Amino acid sequence: MADLETFRRETKSWLEANAPASLVGQIGNELEGTWGGRKATWPNPDAKRWLDVMAARGFTAPTWPKAYGGGGLEPAEAKVLAQLLRELRLPPPLIGFGLTMIGPTLLRFGSEEQKTLHLPRICRGEIRWCQGYSEPGAGSDLASLQTKALRDGDHFVLNGTKVWTSYADQADWIFALVRTNPTAKKQEGITFLLVDMDTPGVSVSPILLISGKSPFCETHFQDVRVPVANVVHQIDAGWTVAKALLGHERTMIADAFGGAGPRPDKKGGRSYLAELAASKLGEEQGRIADPIFRDEVAAFEMESRAFALTVQRTKDAARAGHQPGSESSMFKIYGTELNQRRYELLVRLLGPDALGWEGPGFDEADLEITREWLRSRGNTIEGGTSEVQLNILAKHVLGLPS
Amino acid sequence: MQLVLTEEQELIAATARDFVAASSPVSRFRALRDAGDPLGYSPALLREMGELGWLGIAFDEKQGGAGLGLAELVLVVEALGRSLAPEPFVGGLALGGFALALGASPALQSAWLPGVLEGRKVVALAHQEPGSRHALTRIGTRAVASGSGFRLTGAKSQVLDGFGAEAVIVPARTAGGGDDRSGITLFLVGKDAPGLASERAIRVDSRNAAQLHLDGVVCGPESIVGKLGEGASLLEAVVDRATVVLSAEMLGGMAAVFEQTLSYLKTREQFGVPIGSFQALQHRAAQVYMEIELARSSVMAAARSVDAGETDAAKLVSLAKARCSGAYLLAANEAVQMFGGVGMTDEYDVGFYLKRARAAELTFGDAAYHRQRWARLGGY
Repeated sequence: MADLETFRRETKSWLEANAPASLVGQIGNELEGTWGGRKATWPNPDAKRWLDVMAARGFTAPTWPKAYGGGGLEPAEAKVLAQLLRELRLPPPLIGFGLTMIGPTLLRFGSEEQKTLHLPRICRGEIRWCQGYSEPGAGSDLASLQTKALRDGDHFVLNGTKVWTSYADQADWIFALVRTNPTAKKQEGITFLLVDMDTPGVSVSPILLISGKSPFCETHFQDVRVPVANVVHQIDAGWTVAKALLGHERTMIADAFGGAGPRPDKKGGRSYLAELAASKLGEEQGRIADPIFRDEVAAFEMESRAFALTVQRTKDAARAGHQPGSESSMFKIYGTELNQRRYELLVRLLGPDALGWEGPGFDEADLEITREWLRSRGNTIEGGTSEVQLNILAKHVLGLPS
Repeated sequence: MQLVLTEEQELIAATARDFVAASSPVSRFRALRDAGDPLGYSPALLREMGELGWLGIAFDEKQGGAGLGLAELVLVVEALGRSLAPEPFVGGLALGGFALALGASPALQSAWLPGVLEGRKVVALAHQEPGSRHALTRIGTRAVASGSGFRLTGAKSQVLDGFGAEAVIVPARTAGGGDDRSGITLFLVGKDAPGLASERAIRVDSRNAAQLHLDGVVCGPESIVGKLGEGASLLEAVVDRATVVLSAEMLGGMAAVFEQTLSYLKTREQFGVPIGSFQALQHRAAQVYMEIELARSSVMAAARSVDAGETDAAKLVSLAKARCSGAYLLAANEAVQMFGGVGMTDEYDVGFYLKRARAAELTFGDAAYHRQRWARLGGY
């Protein structure tokens, strides 16, 4: 414990000395965070400085081994670091699927060469990754995927299409599931492959969503040659890797939707939601004037808090050495449904002000809420539908028969 | 706050669970109900629990307790809740015991607390009146000054664990009216006090509760628990603790009835297959599982927060009670539905859980009440 206090003290003064003042109060979410990569742009050069200084200390991937560019921190130390960042209102220096999805997967399944090559480049924000899982014909039934990988000497030749490849247009590498054995049982002919997006034959086209914008793309492979050395784990054993990675993805989604806890409110003050409700609906004797909305705001806040506490409980248990189970499915369901409820409530609080599509006559923040409401409808579909997660809970946690 | 059990807490939980499984199956509760037992619980088993140290877990060592906290007490109560053990932990220990520990004079404490923590005596607290619903300060019982003391007149309803109790702590108005927070005073009234009439209330959950009538009951100044006219905050602090204890009991009940449901889903066959293979039931079972997990986190957080005296402890207590109210009812309703026809029969135990879930929901405020409280505490 004394060591942890020392770590807290030293890290705090280091952060205070090194964090650019212009970043205080910035949010590191999907829209505003630093994703890095070869195509990265830096509207605020301080964001680049923040990335570099944190990466040099291993703090972009705090718990990864130092040998691969991580910080080598114990889980308890990493929790302290995260707390300090929140306390000092600093955004994470780097976000993205390299840190949350492919990195942890390579640490567990990657060859030494793969780890040495890819992990440091992820930590330094040099390479941005995207995910090639779903296909036009393989959604919830992911294992029926058909992207072909034919062996040709020490290469595979890829042909097929991946869909819902988030940010593929800005990514440098893609991790993809491909079919290497068309005759085996469907889960047993799949291989997990790392592909440089600069390879000839890779092309990307964007997908427009109902929200009017979208990070999603289709990624096409036409006679793309990929070295056999880019196979993660073993040929035809990609399903094992894929499932493990889906666990990381579900945890990431849950964290993004409130699992990391509510944003700290002003001391003793109202939450953002309560303040918005009070400003839109008026107040009577210090209460939100509309008792039904007041009740709904409270119900939502309480559900969020209970969810955040449950995510915390799982993390605390993991730190104490308990084996994690299939809880990530629960977090995926609950986190995404909460996010949907949040935006449902927000648009109804805005009332007619929520009906704008673009200016003039509408407030910028209100327009954002409307777009995010539409976007949130996809949360319970992407990353494994709620129904697929319920299947996983029923079978693997509750032990109900097939 | 760490939401994980320490080794010591794991041990307490395992011991309690083993003891309850061996000494208090649901059939014991059923037998008490069938016999129309006036107390509705076993005084001998209560004493045994006192000897095991369970009653004193959350009380200071100088008061005869173990010096631990709610974080440990909830583990024992959860185990009791699993098999619907009706011993007086909520009304007797949590309401009466904590009121004595937090508010009583040293003289009252030494007269009553040892007996309570050893399981020899029950001291209840009358937190409810006819028509008061969940409002703790809506008190019509009046305490009129008389000589050096007071005369209490009024009625108290559903005094938990109050029938056969050695004493009852009675909140009464020494001033004010309506829902006023000021002017409330708590008095300890012995069971044989002239003017006190106690009658067993027969409730849907078969648990011990009393209806009290006070007709000029004389109380001296030495019987005041807490401060004259300032009993509201003591009452709220005590009920908050009792709410955490009740929530823990609910957590045990919902977990147990859900386990029984899962087991039924795996064995009951229709159409030639176990009914648990149907996706319609699987998804509903998974929903119940998630609600129980959220309820568990909330109870753990509330207990730790009250123990640590954190500023948002009251919010977390409301969170725990609201989550447990919803989750226990969901688990019990789904149990009856998934058991099908037999779930409706008195022969099966699931109905007991449904009745207890409803009774617990409507004790110390339902989910709607606690949402209102959360909003008020959140400044809106």
